[in-house]
Amino acid sequence: MAKEVSSEARYYTASELMAYAAAQQLEDKKSVFVGTGLPIVAIMFAQRTHAPNLLIVFEAGGIGAQIPALPISVGDSRTFYKAVIATSMHDVMSMSQAGYVDYGFLGAAQIDMYGNINTTVIGPHDTPKIRLPGSGGANDVGSFSQKLIIIMRQRSNSFVNKVDFLTTPGYLTGPGARERAGLAKGSGPYRLITQLAVYGFDEETKRLKLISLHPGVSLEEVKSSSEFEIIIPEKIETTKPPTQEECAIMRQIDPLGISLR
Amino acid sequence: MEVLKEGKGEILGWHDPDENRQWVLQNKSRELKDKRMSATEAVSKFIHDGDYIASGGFGHIRISMAIIYEIVRQKKKNLAMAGKTSCHDLDTLIAAECVNRVEPAYSFGHELRGLSPASRRAVESGRCKIVAETSNAGYQWHFLAAMMGLPFIPSRNILGTDTFEYSNCKVVTDPFSGKPICLIPASYPDAAIIHVHRCDIYGNAQIDAISVEDFELSRAARRLIVSTEEIIGDEKIRAEPWRTAIPFFLVDGVVEAPFGAHPAEMPGLYYFDEDMMAKWLEMSKTPQGTKEFFQKYIYGVADFEEYLMLVGGIKRFNHLKKIEQLRAPQEAPWLKK
Repeated sequence: MAKEVSSEARYYTASELMAYAAAQQLEDKKSVFVGTGLPIVAIMFAQRTHAPNLLIVFEAGGIGAQIPALPISVGDSRTFYKAVIATSMHDVMSMSQAGYVDYGFLGAAQIDMYGNINTTVIGPHDTPKIRLPGSGGANDVGSFSQKLIIIMRQRSNSFVNKVDFLTTPGYLTGPGARERAGLAKGSGPYRLITQLAVYGFDEETKRLKLISLHPGVSLEEVKSSSEFEIIIPEKIETTKPPTQEECAIMRQIDPLGISLR
Repeated sequence: MEVLKEGKGEILGWHDPDENRQWVLQNKSRELKDKRMSATEAVSKFIHDGDYIASGGFGHIRISMAIIYEIVRQKKKNLAMAGKTSCHDLDTLIAAECVNRVEPAYSFGHELRGLSPASRRAVESGRCKIVAETSNAGYQWHFLAAMMGLPFIPSRNILGTDTFEYSNCKVVTDPFSGKPICLIPASYPDAAIIHVHRCDIYGNAQIDAISVEDFELSRAARRLIVSTEEIIGDEKIRAEPWRTAIPFFLVDGVVEAPFGAHPAEMPGLYYFDEDMMAKWLEMSKTPQGTKEFFQKYIYGVADFEEYLMLVGGIKRFNHLKKIEQLRAPQEAPWLKK
């Protein structure tokens, strides 16, 4: 079965599959707090397909937009186009902290087995190899959203034993660590989507656990593209790829290939 | 309250609440007076070497480039700047060597366009110092504490992370719930610059968009320069007072600056000038290119009006208006092929 899909796989790119798989995690009539990059394509796709009543929340103040075109920024006018309110960051962040956000949705540069994210710096903080933008709203989304979805490229230097800088909290050091730190009860990472697979987090250990391999991807590839050990379940599913029509919708959303490169 | 943990970051613009209250009582006039002035006058009057400044809007949305360019033109030095989602505003001021200290929430990047070459160079070489780390809500709540005249705001973010270790926050046991809680200190910028859609000559200002952090920032900053797309009569303000985002007594200077956010977006009026952004991202890859950019677009022109002519004048702005209003397609000339 997997082989058959793989031979047809050429009509979609890795980014399109990632955005598509991520969009499938979102439910209609729920709220999602979305960060910059590929997550925006995924939520726009969800809104135009299976989740027309997805309540989209942007950190800069746009809530409930019907996004007409890919925003360059999570604060540009597309993020409050036909929205229900154009409010403030304080309002959005406060409501998120109070429990109005079901899903958070972020990109990441590095991640560890507990879903802790780095977007601040590669190398030491005080003598950086690469200075990245920092938390932005990521720490807030990771702290406040009940279920966090992460989308990123998987390589052995991005799936690491220890992130260079823990910008955004995953499960920190394991079960109960978020609550001990003072973070909201029951919140935390829910899904991680890469170009290779879809992952969840083991309920008991809070460690990264494989759910499905993308068509044509081997288990060995997943294991060798990670510094840490990923929990492998007995039954491994195959990720459902987008149809050609669904790919066409994604290309309408991002015709220039800004995020879908 | 027992302090459980302390971040090692520096607080920019900290004042004891009583000290700042006294400063406000003595320095913020309640007089309704004409505050119009040129960008040149506003910057020389309210922004001084060594100051801690903050830019309104969202880094490359509704930012006051008219004032930012004037800060570059006047060669202000040793400024600290709020990294509250900062983008083209901060990148420009770091590249021009006006800013050398930042507390980043989001800084040194241009969102979908990628990282800022000039700012990255400055941070990675140590020329620009990171005084602390925070998040967007973290920065926002620095201003919320300040506008409320309080020493801190309790919050449930930043906790448990390296962002906290490098922050200027403290963790205490909340006396009500018994759970650990983060305390975010007040931060009062010496000066803030905010670009608005319209205001009257006194500074009563309306914003036709998300306010981002400007409600809080305008009330937290000691000095506030408002630049505006247009100046309207105060009877229009008073006819719809619920639209006022910033009342006059917070404002120290009003600068009329049509298209004053260019090449950033002004919601409803003009979209990003991506050609200009591409030019900046390309030229700022080297110190020489950065110098050439500033020579051409800032030092080489008399003022912001002349700059607007140089970047294409009314023809260019008609095009950017079309993109803003979804009547012309998005452009991304900076996209790597």
